[in-house]
Amino acid sequence: MTAAPEHAPTMAKMSLADRLAPWMPLLLVPALCILGFLAIPNTGSWLTLTVAGLAMGMMIFIMASGLTLVFGLMDVINFGHGAFVSVGAFVGISVILALSHMAEAPSLMLNLIALLVAVIGAMLATGVMGWAFEKVIVEPVYGFHLKQILVTMGGLIVVEQLIIVLWGPEEIYISRPEMLKGAITFAGAALEKYRLVAVGIGLLVFAAMRLVLRHTKIGLIVRAGVQNGEMVQALGYRLRLVFIGVFIAGSALAGLGGVMWGLYQEVITAHMGNQAMILIFIVVIIGGLGSVEGCFIGALLVGLTQNYVAFLEPKLALISNIGLMVAILMWRPMGMIPVVKAK
Amino acid sequence: MSEPILKLEDVYTNIAQYHILQGVNLEVPAGAVTMLLGRNGVGKTTTLRTIIGHWRAHRGRILLDGEDITTLPTPSIARAGVGFVPEDMGIFSDLTVEENMVLAAVSGKLDSARLDWIFQAFPPLKTFWKSEAGTLSGGQKQMLSIARAMAEERRLYLIDEPTKGLAPAIVSTMARALRDLKNQGASVLLVEQNFAVAKALGDSANVMDDGRMIWSGEMAELATDAALQERLMGLSMEAH
Repeated sequence: MTAAPEHAPTMAKMSLADRLAPWMPLLLVPALCILGFLAIPNTGSWLTLTVAGLAMGMMIFIMASGLTLVFGLMDVINFGHGAFVSVGAFVGISVILALSHMAEAPSLMLNLIALLVAVIGAMLATGVMGWAFEKVIVEPVYGFHLKQILVTMGGLIVVEQLIIVLWGPEEIYISRPEMLKGAITFAGAALEKYRLVAVGIGLLVFAAMRLVLRHTKIGLIVRAGVQNGEMVQALGYRLRLVFIGVFIAGSALAGLGGVMWGLYQEVITAHMGNQAMILIFIVVIIGGLGSVEGCFIGALLVGLTQNYVAFLEPKLALISNIGLMVAILMWRPMGMIPVVKAK
Repeated sequence: MSEPILKLEDVYTNIAQYHILQGVNLEVPAGAVTMLLGRNGVGKTTTLRTIIGHWRAHRGRILLDGEDITTLPTPSIARAGVGFVPEDMGIFSDLTVEENMVLAAVSGKLDSARLDWIFQAFPPLKTFWKSEAGTLSGGQKQMLSIARAMAEERRLYLIDEPTKGLAPAIVSTMARALRDLKNQGASVLLVEQNFAVAKALGDSANVMDDGRMIWSGEMAELATDAALQERLMGLSMEAH
């Protein structure tokens, strides 16, 4: 084939600021930790709060990660996402209660097995529910945002009422598996064992999502579909199947988050998912629609901010995350790492 | 002329309340470059988008090698061997050039010999292989868009205005790449406003107006007849 010698391309040398720009959101997490360290006089308290913030952030990330992909890939505003959190919590906690002999045994192995079975049960239940939710509720309203908001909120209400029918209207108080109760002391800080487990699970989920999205063909299709679904189809990929897969995976992740959130708060209610939706939406918006990395960083920022502010100025804790969202949107109006461009 | 690889029979396409295609008849011979010409807004892009299935034909039939693809979903049409280069290039800007190309290899891995051929045609793609496609210039994005369609052997290429808004040097590169594609015996349906490129590449030409095909014939005949050009397209294309 004939070569085209007329225009030999060269790489433009980027300025330091340009090279740092993509990493700026990532630097916010350590920057916030340092800020917290300077503001909190006691190192032990700071470490406790930091681990608590990271654990809370990880759980919010797990709940929100599916929603950001659904937003990005399917352009669906799913206000019913909280239903999967609630159902996941109820199914998971029911499994743990059924396996109480394992959960209450003084054996870390048995406790973790009980937790694993609960998580698998919750993810299976919410995955199946996600498939039905997409088929019955979401599919008829693709492309209609207002209808999506109304119909998915309706779906959330129906699911909440079904939970009340099945498990009753009362709050259910629970205790964590035996070996995950209590705290370990490190550098003068009391670090709750469960929070450390939550941080570990959150990191695993994030690593797994990155692995799938960055290093597999299906991940490539999802990332491309978030940007230009029509072109992905023109290349020969059935985006509809990818839509369903992402919706199921997102619902299952919300179910996992529900189990963890329930054990974290040690009480579950039919409305817990709905209540968590405020934090989930904040995280999805400040992270940038469709971005798993943005969602991860946003969740950590929300968790850390809430814990630091609650310690330093309890009265401001309720509005701290709204303030964080306002500040980030003033800096980056499309969120920290937007994948979906303005339509 | 050889058997058509693509045939449109009395195709109508509506977009909302607008009737864009109003009975299009078109034949694309195998192993040749067929030009689709006409003024802006006459339905050329809609014709291509209807063939690939982005928009549905409300009436008529689209036949690919004799098989009716009118109602097939877009992915099935693409997998039947139709490569599509849209007018807006359809680049995945947050993916690297490599990832864009990997995605284009639907049936498996990228063929290294084919990739060498693409790199020879479009050297910048090799230079920026690991760069995000969004950082490429307009011409390089267009090269990537065409290279993506060329990533695997297709039965038919639908290419929509590949030289639009490009500098003359890059237009030459595009024209050479398309000529090489043609020399390999590819079947191409090409929408092109640059008449010099159309004249150099086209074997046959079809001129549209108002959602219909108003003239079909040899490209050479259209290229040499200024009066015909003026009558069909309202201006002398030789001036371009």
